[in-house]
Order: sequence, then C-alpha cells, then structure tokens
Amino acid sequence: MKILVCIANVPDTTAKINFTPDNKEFVSTGVTFILNPYDEIALSKAVDLTTGGGTVTVINIGDASTEPTIRKALAIGATDAVRVNSKPRDGYFVARQIAEYVKTNPFDLILCGRESSDSNGSSVPAMLAELLGIPCVLFAKRLTIEGTNATLEQEIEGGKEILSSPLPLVAGASEGMAEWKIPNMRGIMSARTKPLVVIEPIEVPQHTTVKSYDKPIPRSSVKLIAAEDAGKLFDMLRDEKKVI
Amino acid sequence: MSVLVYIENVQGKFKKSTFEVISFAAAIAQKQNLPLVALSIGDVSDEELGKAGKYGVTKVLKAVGDSLKEMNVQPYASVIAQAAKAENAKVIVLSASFSGKGIAPRVAIKLDAGLADNVIDLPVMDGPFIVKKGAFSGKAFAFVEISSDVKVISMIPNSYKVVESPGSAAITIFETQIEAKDLTVTVKETKRSTDKVSLPDAELVVSAGRGMKGPENWGMIEELANTLGAATACSKPVSDAGWRPHSEHVGQTGIAISPNLYIAIGISGAIQHLAGVSSSKVIVVVNKDPEAPFFKAADYGIVGDAFEIVPRLVEAAKAFKSSQNG
Repeated sequence: MKILVCIANVPDTTAKINFTPDNKEFVSTGVTFILNPYDEIALSKAVDLTTGGGTVTVINIGDASTEPTIRKALAIGATDAVRVNSKPRDGYFVARQIAEYVKTNPFDLILCGRESSDSNGSSVPAMLAELLGIPCVLFAKRLTIEGTNATLEQEIEGGKEILSSPLPLVAGASEGMAEWKIPNMRGIMSARTKPLVVIEPIEVPQHTTVKSYDKPIPRSSVKLIAAEDAGKLFDMLRDEKKVI
Repeated sequence: MSVLVYIENVQGKFKKSTFEVISFAAAIAQKQNLPLVALSIGDVSDEELGKAGKYGVTKVLKAVGDSLKEMNVQPYASVIAQAAKAENAKVIVLSASFSGKGIAPRVAIKLDAGLADNVIDLPVMDGPFIVKKGAFSGKAFAFVEISSDVKVISMIPNSYKVVESPGSAAITIFETQIEAKDLTVTVKETKRSTDKVSLPDAELVVSAGRGMKGPENWGMIEELANTLGAATACSKPVSDAGWRPHSEHVGQTGIAISPNLYIAIGISGAIQHLAGVSSSKVIVVVNKDPEAPFFKAADYGIVGDAFEIVPRLVEAAKAFKSSQNG
C-alpha cells in the first residue's frame, strides 16, 4: 500500500506571534517551528497502516528551512520525503503542487491533518481531492482499510457517521485517529539517510493574498468575584457584558 | 449576476447559523447591488424554505433527489457549483460548519474561484475584496484579498448577527445532474444527539476539566448547562481519559469555538486549550488555584472549589432564568 502524507511546518503552539512593522508578514526569527499537530496524527496513522508492508511518502511545500521538520517525519517512520521548493502561498497553491506530484506518482491513500495551526484552513485536503477527482473525508477520527475500500468514522454536527469509500481517497486526520509516535534512536539515525527529494513548484494563479495581519485587542485584566458572591455572576454578565 | 448562499439544513430544519449566513450574504448582495439567491439541498418543506425570505433572499432553489437525501460532500458540492453557474453567482457563501468545510473547497476548485475560509466579518468591498479571518489559532487576524472573478466564502458560525429583512422568497425546483463518480462514498450509519445544544454554533458554553476529578461529577456541569441553555465542552485531558466524548474537546487538537460566553470550570488554561476558546466574547474561569494561567485570559474569575461554587452557580442560574421568564 502506498500512502502519501501531506505535512506542514508551523510555528510552535506556544510561540508568540509577531508581525513585521507594516503588519504584512509573520516574523519567523526566533520562532520554533514544528510539524503541524494534526499532520503528526496523520503520519502516525500512515506508519501504523504500513507496519505489515507498504510505503509512506511525506510531502511538504516549503523552503529549505522546513527540512528539520521533514527529517522528524522520516524519524517518526516515513519511508521517503518530497519537498516542493516554495513557500506555501495559500491552500490552493499547496493543493495544486501536491496534485501535480500525485499525477505522476499515484497513491492508494492520501492523509492530511484536518487543519493547519497557522492559517487554521482546512482547504488543502478537499481541494486536493477535487483536483484528483477522488473523495475526501475531512474530519476522520477512525480509519480502517480492507483491500481497496476504507471505512471511516467522521465527526458531523452533533454526532458522528460511519462512511465507506473506495480507494484512493484523501482523509483529514482528526484527534483520535492514531496515537502520537515518539521517534526512537533508530528512527532518528535512519532519518538522515532516507531519501528527501526537492522538486520545483509549478506556476499557479494567485487567487488570494494576505494584505495584512492584526492582533486581537487584549482582554482587560480579570474581574475577580469572591467565592461567596458567585451567585451574582449572571446579573453581572447580563448588565456588564450583555451575553445572557 | 447574483450572490448565492447555500442554506444548510439538519434533518429538514434550518439552524441559527443558517440565518446568520443568509444575513451575511444579504449584506454582501446589497453592497454589490446583486440579487441574493439561496440554494437548499435535500428534503426541506416549503414552509421552512420560506423562512429564508425573511432575511433578504429573493429566490430559493430547491434541489431534491434520492442521491441528495443525506448530506454527501461530492454531490452537494457539484449541485452548489451547478447552481452558481446557473445563477452566474459572483460570490458564493457557505457556513463553515463541519459539512461546509468539506464542501466549500471543492466548490472553489469547480468554479476556479478563490476561497476564503473561516471568515469572521463582512468583507470590505470598496475596491479590492478583502475578508477578515482568524489566523494562528486565535492569536491573530489576517486580512485576505480575493482577486478572482468568482469568490467563495465560508463563514464561522456565531460571528455575524442575524438581521431580518422583510420580504418573501420565490421557491423553485432546481434540476441537477449527479454523476455516478460523485456517489462512491456511502453513509453506513449516522449517530446524532439531537437533544443537546450543538457545540460548534453554541452561544453559551459550560466547560469543565480535570478539576472535576471524575466523570461521575459531571451532573452539576450538565445541570448548569441545561439551565442556561448552553452546550457542554471539556478540556483535552478529560476527553483523553474518556470522561467525556471527543466531540466536546475544545482546544488546538479539538474544536475551536467562538461563543458569546464560555464558562470554564476546573480547567487550568494551557495554551493549547486557549487556542480553541480565545475567540469567545466573554470568558468566566472557576478554579481553586489562584495561579491558574486561565485567569490571565479571563474576563471574570472566581477562585474557589468547583464543588462549592458550581452548585451556587446552578441555583443562581435557575433564579436568573425564572426572573427572565417571569
């Protein structure tokens, strides 16, 4: 079985977010970058699915600064990696690059994290599936493969549903799909020599552009209510904040 | 030309977020001087469809058929794209619900349209078309220009107020072509808990964490939530331990919510949790540890033992509700 896992390099969750003085770009100096948490779940699942045989290729759209994260993915258990040499402009750009690669390198299953923690976009998995003409199950919590078919459990409004889909398909990994894997010494050593191929991006029209960033107005400091006055909370919420 | 809004139903009924997205689309249509057309897919009564007319829709397209009875991403995306082409829609608006998130990107590709997802405010339309969306898991906003001729927008529930706009909508059947290649995914089973308030669109949320010590103590949390008409949520350790379902987990690897009021009980406030709730308009924190980081991100805080404070809140909530109704 050939699995492709799409991975993104994102700022660490605890990173302070700062922008250039003109607010047009995120400042990456001094920020630790990590493998997008949902992508790590997707990768762990792919490694689980191929313990009996098969390969896991990871693909990342990024400049050379993403290579440490790609090596981490190899250490977790991916077989080989591809880096498309470009900053990930937007979801459409990323989906088009991956689709271009898949056209000449078909896979049985494509796994993505359901969302990336920097743009909070969930557009790549579904766009990629549409470009390839295959199904996408975006919020998959469970996935099992039987031959050329997949059974998935997906989150929906107020509940969940069980779906059946033929392969190939794109699945967005939600929490619960697989346990996090910690790379062991052997994994880390082999990651250095596993293949990491760099390819050039294709031209893609630009439909969206980030014009600027902004930060939310910080909340004013907390108003403490004494434990014995807890009962006054709702009147305060109504009178001061009008939220109930 | 027109603005097209996809009006999602759950078991034949519209939710508050449906009327929010209609109001949002109506404001765009008005600004661009274009008619607002709504598309409904599946079995929805004409009486229910007529409600769209009260929020600015002038025409409702009703797409029905055996393959459209249950929500299924590929055929639904195909129908929305067909309607967009039929109505020459320049802007297509959807709610960023679970299904909307899977459908909007497919529609964008089909129409060669730029997509702005998780939008939280009306676009600026004087000159370039610019939308505001959340970024960096609640720590920032991004202003994004969509420069393609056709634009697809998905809007976060509970970020735009419902606005009535008296009028009526003409309902017409929309004939669709569904291709077999779009029908390869089948639904085997659906499990919905319809009695609870849906968490992703909830205006009020009562959430609890490890401070509750065990799942057997959740009765008072549920009672507080029921009294207020709120949804229930929990922190990651609680869902990991199986005390509460995964669907209640809010946080960086759970869901992100933006309710008007978020009450957090016995939750310390780790950054990963805040990433899921920082867009809440008002945050109330109850924790017996005065150093709990959550107090720094809260509007109101009560330092105390949840087992003493929550019963008091339940009583106060009951009194508050009956004085509201009485």
